[in-house]
Amino acid sequence: MSPDPHDTVPRHVLSPARVLEVDPLIDDPQTRIVVCCGSGGVGKTTTAAALGLRAAERGRKVVVLTIDPARRLAQSMGIDSLDNVPRRVKGVEGGGELHAMMLDMKRTFDEIVEAHADRERAAAILSNPFYQSLSAGFAGTQEYMAMEKLGQLRSRDEWDLIVVDTPPSRSALDFLDAPKRLGSFLDGRLIRLLTAPAKLGGRAGMKFLNVGMSMMTGTLGKLLGGQLLKDVQTFVAAMDTTFGGFRTRADATYQLLQAPGTAFLVVAAPERDALREAAYFVERLAAEDMPLAGLVLNRVHGSGAAQLSAERALAAAENLEEPRIVDQEDGKAGLRNSPDTYGNSDRSDSPPPEADVEEHVEGSATATDSEPTTDPGDPTVQQLTAGLLRLHADRMQLLSREQRTRDRFTARHPEVAVTEVAALPGDVHDLAGLRDIGNRLATDRPELPELPEPPELAKASD
Amino acid sequence: MSRFQVVSGKGGTGKTTVAAALALALATEGKRTLLVEVEGRQGIAQLFETEVLPYEERKIAVAPGGGEVFALAIDPEQALLDYLQMFYKLGSAGRALKKLGAIDFATTVAPGIRDVLLTGKACEAVRRKDKSGRFIYDHVVMDAPPTGRITRFLNVNDEVAGLAKIGPIHNQAQAVMRVLKSPETAVHLVTLLEEMPVQETADGIAELRAAKLPVGRIIVNMVRPAVLDEGELELVRAAPRTALARSLSAAGLGGARRGGHAEKLVDPLLTQAEEYAARYALEREQRSVLGELGLPSHELPLFVEGMDLAGLYELATELRKQRMS
Repeated sequence: MSPDPHDTVPRHVLSPARVLEVDPLIDDPQTRIVVCCGSGGVGKTTTAAALGLRAAERGRKVVVLTIDPARRLAQSMGIDSLDNVPRRVKGVEGGGELHAMMLDMKRTFDEIVEAHADRERAAAILSNPFYQSLSAGFAGTQEYMAMEKLGQLRSRDEWDLIVVDTPPSRSALDFLDAPKRLGSFLDGRLIRLLTAPAKLGGRAGMKFLNVGMSMMTGTLGKLLGGQLLKDVQTFVAAMDTTFGGFRTRADATYQLLQAPGTAFLVVAAPERDALREAAYFVERLAAEDMPLAGLVLNRVHGSGAAQLSAERALAAAENLEEPRIVDQEDGKAGLRNSPDTYGNSDRSDSPPPEADVEEHVEGSATATDSEPTTDPGDPTVQQLTAGLLRLHADRMQLLSREQRTRDRFTARHPEVAVTEVAALPGDVHDLAGLRDIGNRLATDRPELPELPEPPELAKASD
Repeated sequence: MSRFQVVSGKGGTGKTTVAAALALALATEGKRTLLVEVEGRQGIAQLFETEVLPYEERKIAVAPGGGEVFALAIDPEQALLDYLQMFYKLGSAGRALKKLGAIDFATTVAPGIRDVLLTGKACEAVRRKDKSGRFIYDHVVMDAPPTGRITRFLNVNDEVAGLAKIGPIHNQAQAVMRVLKSPETAVHLVTLLEEMPVQETADGIAELRAAKLPVGRIIVNMVRPAVLDEGELELVRAAPRTALARSLSAAGLGGARRGGHAEKLVDPLLTQAEEYAARYALEREQRSVLGELGLPSHELPLFVEGMDLAGLYELATELRKQRMS
């Protein structure tokens, strides 16, 4: 054992990676859009909401666009009604404003149609069965509509800052690809062939294609049933004449994401899978020239007693639970684990071999006098202390696992700034909870979680 | 026990792991199971520490007692081409379709077709028989999309059958629906003892029931062992700090006097106990919410060092012990 292990064991070491400064980011008037992305179940929506609230309370006019918030989180911002319009959140302190909305993808799609087609044509599109399925959401629509809504909010220029949450996609990257995919489909060759096969017929050199085409429409007709194919054709014909082109819109949204003023935050938890996905996301954003601000690492654990290692805590717990294992000479091994072993203990005053003798004697001398009923030899207290030490050992093991996982990410992406958010015991239900998360986001001090009433337990002894 | 077992759950609850453990558990004693993946994530390959799964049924594990687990990563594009080949003998035309973007259209953009192909392929495996008329697979386990999308995913056939009112897609959709809504199928939901996954589980069950899809069981995953029970937590609350300090000191952790090493541990340890107590209370609350859903449920332990192949076999044993299989 080292002479003074208490001071040589470092506390929970802060990341050697760059620290992500959240406040300068959200305070900067140049920052107009913050996109929170990451895999499912890492607290993306909560992060988006907390950032929005913090920015508002620091004086900005903010709108938070959430995609699929948990019910209580939505309620905490008063947006449990799904009307696709930003609503002002009450209870925000400070000079700014917070607005929040939940995406209604069908409604968003309907609005695009209504805005771009005359009344009659819009009605025809909206009642088309193919359109109804398309807009009600299958692979890609939600992603497309989220980006569409973002574009709309941005062009209204009513807010200083838009914070957007990304859909819980199969792959966290879908929202980058979906608009392009849907756009290229709606603008694409296939659709044109489906809707206007006659146009191609007369052109030389297109014969082969034409043969393939008629075979294809025939096949699709057989496959989908004639009615569906007709629905698709009617739908596309109606869309085609009224739209400035889906691809153009998709491209515009894409460029908006690349523009200065947009900042991406990758959200993750310190778990292997979530960070693997985060690393993938970081690489993909770089490949697409999307501006990454940094990584938000949620649910990081800390300990106020990190100087005590898991190993020492466990050894000490064992020491307490089997006090005779070290100092009992006779062979009553069978009694060690039975309750009476503690009951007839007569050795409570002897310092255990590993104790810091001088301190120990001094400590117990003052305390034992005043509280004779709870001397350290009290089996209940020993048992409880052992329990506390085991809890601590669990915590320290968790901490080092999280640290290792995070270090692996940092090794792969040292350029990414990181902020850590200390784990909360439960979910967020109100603005106070969001505010708390916001504080944690901005301070990067996970090792000292601010509990509501930390001294409560301690009070019992006063 | 239903022959088609669909495993869903909120993202991050470990549904792939549970699906794989269930496939292993169902394969014990000489049975043969097929584990199916539909989201193109290659999560099965990662779990079983094998190379990337092709679109092909391939043996990936041997279960205790001689059973076998096969795995298949269903690729919708390949499934569609297969399907076209099977029914229309469209070898080269299939490639032409692909070039035109028709396959891409059908598998990524057209409403529901992707899901029809995925569930269709799985149902085909459920019904497949050998020459002597015996089922090829005793059970098919699907690592399905998450709870938020599961009802839509399974029910999309209904929708497609409505959209494509005639034709092979219509017939296919109806045939798949017959399997999915029969007692042959059971949809299990994986959750954690946390508020959001539990809420999502409750919502998911309501949706599945409304769509008349057969709900199976609740599997609570990653359950942490109790370090302190309720009585002990009460005692911790009441315990005098000085006594704890002396006890820590007696355990060899330094001085108990104010400012001593042992004394300095008391506050943080109590804070951690309070956090633990809060979580413990929350877990108990969530357990009772789950209890009210009126479904059989199982609990699987957390593997703190992360999941690996050995852990998977342990979970399978645990599932068998709990008579999940």
